[in-house]
Amino acid sequence: MTNASSTTAAAAAAQATVVAPLRSRGYWATVWLRLRRDKVSMGCAGLLLGLMLMALLAPWLAPHDPAQGVMSQRLAPIGTPGHWLGTDELGRDMLSRLMHGGRMSLVMGLLPVFIAFVVGTGLGVVAGFFGGWLNSVIMRTTDVFFAFPAVLLAIAISGALGAGFANAIISLTLVFIPPIARVAESITTSVRNLDFVDAARATGAGAFTLIRVHVLGNVLGPVFIYATSLVSVCMILAAGLSFLGLGVKPPVPEWGLMLNTLRQSIYLQPWVSVLPGLMIFITSLCFNLLSDGLRSAMDIKR
Amino acid sequence: MFAFIFKRILYAIPIALAVAAVCFSLVHLAPGDPLTAVIPADAPAEVVAAIKQAYGMDRPLVVQFGAWVQRALQGDLGLSVATGRPVMGDIALALGNTLLLAVAAAVIGFGGGIVLGTLAAFFNGRWIDKLATAIAITGVSVPHYWLGLVLVIVFSVQLDWLPSMGAGADGSGEWRWDWAHLQYLVLPAVTMCFIPMGIVTRTVRATVAEILNAEFVSALRARGLGALAITRHVAKNAAPTVLSVMGLQFGYLLGGSILVETVFSWPGTGFLLNTAIFQRDIPLLQGIILVLAMFFVALNLLVDVVQTLLDPRIKRS
Repeated sequence: MTNASSTTAAAAAAQATVVAPLRSRGYWATVWLRLRRDKVSMGCAGLLLGLMLMALLAPWLAPHDPAQGVMSQRLAPIGTPGHWLGTDELGRDMLSRLMHGGRMSLVMGLLPVFIAFVVGTGLGVVAGFFGGWLNSVIMRTTDVFFAFPAVLLAIAISGALGAGFANAIISLTLVFIPPIARVAESITTSVRNLDFVDAARATGAGAFTLIRVHVLGNVLGPVFIYATSLVSVCMILAAGLSFLGLGVKPPVPEWGLMLNTLRQSIYLQPWVSVLPGLMIFITSLCFNLLSDGLRSAMDIKR
Repeated sequence: MFAFIFKRILYAIPIALAVAAVCFSLVHLAPGDPLTAVIPADAPAEVVAAIKQAYGMDRPLVVQFGAWVQRALQGDLGLSVATGRPVMGDIALALGNTLLLAVAAAVIGFGGGIVLGTLAAFFNGRWIDKLATAIAITGVSVPHYWLGLVLVIVFSVQLDWLPSMGAGADGSGEWRWDWAHLQYLVLPAVTMCFIPMGIVTRTVRATVAEILNAEFVSALRARGLGALAITRHVAKNAAPTVLSVMGLQFGYLLGGSILVETVFSWPGTGFLLNTAIFQRDIPLLQGIILVLAMFFVALNLLVDVVQTLLDPRIKRS
């Protein structure tokens, strides 16, 4: 009996000594440590880094000019010497076009979410912190945007504005601001009345200091995780807009647009035609898995 | 509870009006005059004025909006700029096809999601759980328009089992419940079911796992209830959450079908919307988006009401 209780006590003590240095490490270091142990997340992060490098260095890495086609070599199959991934309907090298296409596709997947993260967090924090009529105005406006399915809203705004890179970015940003604002508002509202905020207010901290130090410190993390989960949606939607002809315009290589123009060739060269979509799929899968990993790494409650 | 439902219904009215305002203002987002499609560039000023008057675009915006809403309530969404036909007739036809596709995709997706999610929760950590998780994450990550193309390549081009385009053999667009018509539904419905299947699987898995950990389930087990009886208790408790997710997903199926409908040339609202965008047919564009958004508003309302009836504890502001 005493033996058993002493071993549990020893185990508890051992656990305490394990836990103690963990605590002293600080929140973000702990998150990073937990994330590094997650093989799937690290694999995805590595793959995404590789894709980004490939897109960034495409002008130097690509074996061919993505805009220059050889009409006599149209729709070459995968494995053709000199064109490892085949050629498209205008005889342009697929590998080079996929590398260059990543630039536009990644920008269109990341930029709208980033802008929406900044604007949406701002709106949500202001609405949550100040409450009152300001809250009503901001949150009721987001309610209206929530009354549209995201895909429909993006296509409606893009369709009305007309095709083009800038218009696609605008419409996607508008789609992602309301959900981010809603998350930021609900967290801000729950943080606003906590004791430490009241204490800071009692010591004479102004609204700006309260928001900067206490509110943002608690809101940014969860909202950031939420925003990362939107990146894959944004990638798919952005490529979808290009696929419909509402994104970037033709000579520019972009995965969604490439998928659109290659659609006519699925009877002649099916497996070359699906390559751009495969790239979108891999990228969005990696973003989703990384976002899931980040969420569980940051969920340090137990 | 009924006070909440009543308030919720009342709140849907300003939302619906605001949604209508957004749809209406789409015209003014568009660069250039919305009537450029019908007015020749060299038309004299009085002809332009006459056409504007015919479309009611010479009056102040607020008056135009009021008149538009009033006519929309009577089922009149104006004339198509491209064809001159009433917009409502074309939309009603297309909406039937979209609903058919959405219901088919929902049946497959929700059914699959509930089965997979429940199995995953009951066999936590086993291979079936891992399979369900993999399907769920693939479902939300795959660009569905690309998946549609891949399915066309496999089942239409390579195997030649199923047709890849349209909604009927004779091109009349009339739907009948026989294999000659149903085979056109298979590929688009399967393509569209993946997103809701992924999301429903995730939701069911998380909800059911949480309920299985609850003390009352242990109490039921201790009292000797069988797996079937426990499943019934779990289902009752999971229903409100799962239903609300499914309602939202059904709305996304209706509003988000444009890409899949374009891939399969399915004659639904998405396909019509695509046509409207490229012909710059603003009344048609406005009309489709208004009808789809109103469906979505009504669906959200329905979900909230059903959820409250199922679980009266829910009291939200």
